[in-house]
Amino acid sequence: MALDRVRIGFLPLVDAALPILARERGFAEAEGLEIELVRDMTWATVRDRLLYGHTDAAHMVAPLAIATALGRGRPAVAMAVPFVLGLNGNAITLSLPLAAQVMDGDALGDPVVLGARLKAVATECAATGRRLRFGVVHRYSSHNYMLRYWLAAVGIRPDTDVEIVTTSPTFAADALAAGEVDGICVGEPWNGVAVDRGVGRIALVTAQVWQRGVEKVLAMRAATLAERGDVVHRLIRALHAAAAQFVDPDTLVENAAILARAEYLDAPVDAVARAVGDRVRLVKDAVPIHVPDFMFQYREAANFPWRSQAAWLYSQMVRWDGTPFSAEEADAAQGVFRPDVYRAALAGSGAPLPNASSKLEGAIGADSIGAGSTQGRLILGRDAFFDRRAFDPDDIEGYLAGLP
Amino acid sequence: MRIAIIDTSTTRAAIISEGLREAGLDDIVVIDGMLGMVAALEKAAPEVVLINLENPSRDVLEEFFAVSRALARPIAMFVDQSDAESTNAAVDAGVSAYIVDGLAKQRIKPVIDLAIRRFQAFARLQAELHEARSALADRTTVDRAKAILMKRRGIDEPTAYGLLRAQAMRSNRRIAEIADAIITSDALMGDL
Repeated sequence: MALDRVRIGFLPLVDAALPILARERGFAEAEGLEIELVRDMTWATVRDRLLYGHTDAAHMVAPLAIATALGRGRPAVAMAVPFVLGLNGNAITLSLPLAAQVMDGDALGDPVVLGARLKAVATECAATGRRLRFGVVHRYSSHNYMLRYWLAAVGIRPDTDVEIVTTSPTFAADALAAGEVDGICVGEPWNGVAVDRGVGRIALVTAQVWQRGVEKVLAMRAATLAERGDVVHRLIRALHAAAAQFVDPDTLVENAAILARAEYLDAPVDAVARAVGDRVRLVKDAVPIHVPDFMFQYREAANFPWRSQAAWLYSQMVRWDGTPFSAEEADAAQGVFRPDVYRAALAGSGAPLPNASSKLEGAIGADSIGAGSTQGRLILGRDAFFDRRAFDPDDIEGYLAGLP
Repeated sequence: MRIAIIDTSTTRAAIISEGLREAGLDDIVVIDGMLGMVAALEKAAPEVVLINLENPSRDVLEEFFAVSRALARPIAMFVDQSDAESTNAAVDAGVSAYIVDGLAKQRIKPVIDLAIRRFQAFARLQAELHEARSALADRTTVDRAKAILMKRRGIDEPTAYGLLRAQAMRSNRRIAEIADAIITSDALMGDL
């Protein structure tokens, strides 16, 4: 039987793992698909190839899929996100001079303690006319929103007290080395590469800012979903199978070797393997520490596209773009995430399928809790924001009013 | 109309600017490399920006457009859905373009069309160069294999070539592949 071809755009990041492994490990073929991967260096090009038909789907920073659907900076194109490629997995890496001022010991920073120290340095720098500068991968990225969420919550005003600029992830280490930026918030393996080059120290992982925060998604044009629904269902099943395999520790060495290859990440295999194994080397030559759930690709229905995740991203878009809240836009943003498609694709499999399509984000503070499911047994783990604020998708305006 | 060309390939940038100049568009600024790109753009204040689709600076460029007050609201040329054919041709050719809002469409189209043709010409040139290089490499390989055969079997050059050719036809492979195998085995087996 001839395989249906699906072209998927991606950036060289560890969390592009699921489409790559779905191809390399035969999960796509088992669903009658041939995945063709198209690598790019910028999110702008990943998005343009998707919009103009060079690709059928893309590994994409979640906020960019929503921004594209809302027409931020360009005419709107209807988008669909039927599958989340992973939660968390990014880190904040500081230049060594800045790290020396705000970090001590050999552990990850504490967001509150580190934040207070950083605030002092940021204030000092701003007074001398040279504000601290942080690089993020894109205006519409979770990196940007996580970094800003943390900074604002510790009393550092983004764009006022510190500058936030765009830096391509593959060049983030260069930007740190050249002193163009004092810190970066990027995905792996690029923090690890900066550390190994001796140009930065990992200060925080984004899971410390918002545990279980939505990261990359599988994005496509809504028209593609409408035209090729069956292919999309099979793709979701292939990616879900790849996710189950990805978290099996026995597959780590081989998966890391595949991902590191020149045609995929083209990165040092050691840095890739550390990220896949939730091990983080904080500073050059240090022994990597284990950060449980640093990357979160499978358990707890991690791939389920909760509408409330899209709602949170929209709240941050309003917050940092400085645009007024609009109920219609909030609806449109949440409509991009398609739990209905996820359920339809995985019905009859062993995958736990949540009853609800939306939840209170950041409400699980301590132990795991059971959650309602129509299929399988669903357990949700701690998903708190570091400042213990919870997000109610039905009251975005109230939430925004309460933020610093 | 000032046009800025941002390209990772200086050769391609030269080919494009040459084409634009021939068409009478001679207000051109070429910007290469990531360092200083934003400052150079601010200084040049172009009305049209051409950048190769695979340029690693595109996200930085779009961010600059989003926050800059120096340029009057540049918009992506791709977003002009009314001219789908031209847009697709541009993406296929690997060009992306940003145009200051309000610039008349009929003034832009020739620039974009020309850029597309020049990008395609550059791609053809590259393909030809690649072909020429690999042909040259093939010839060197075949010559070395012939020399090995001539020495080890005491035959003349046409006979050695004939052997290579016959083996290639029998095994349905390229002559260069057979030659490569002979060189490899000669290196491994030495004087055996």
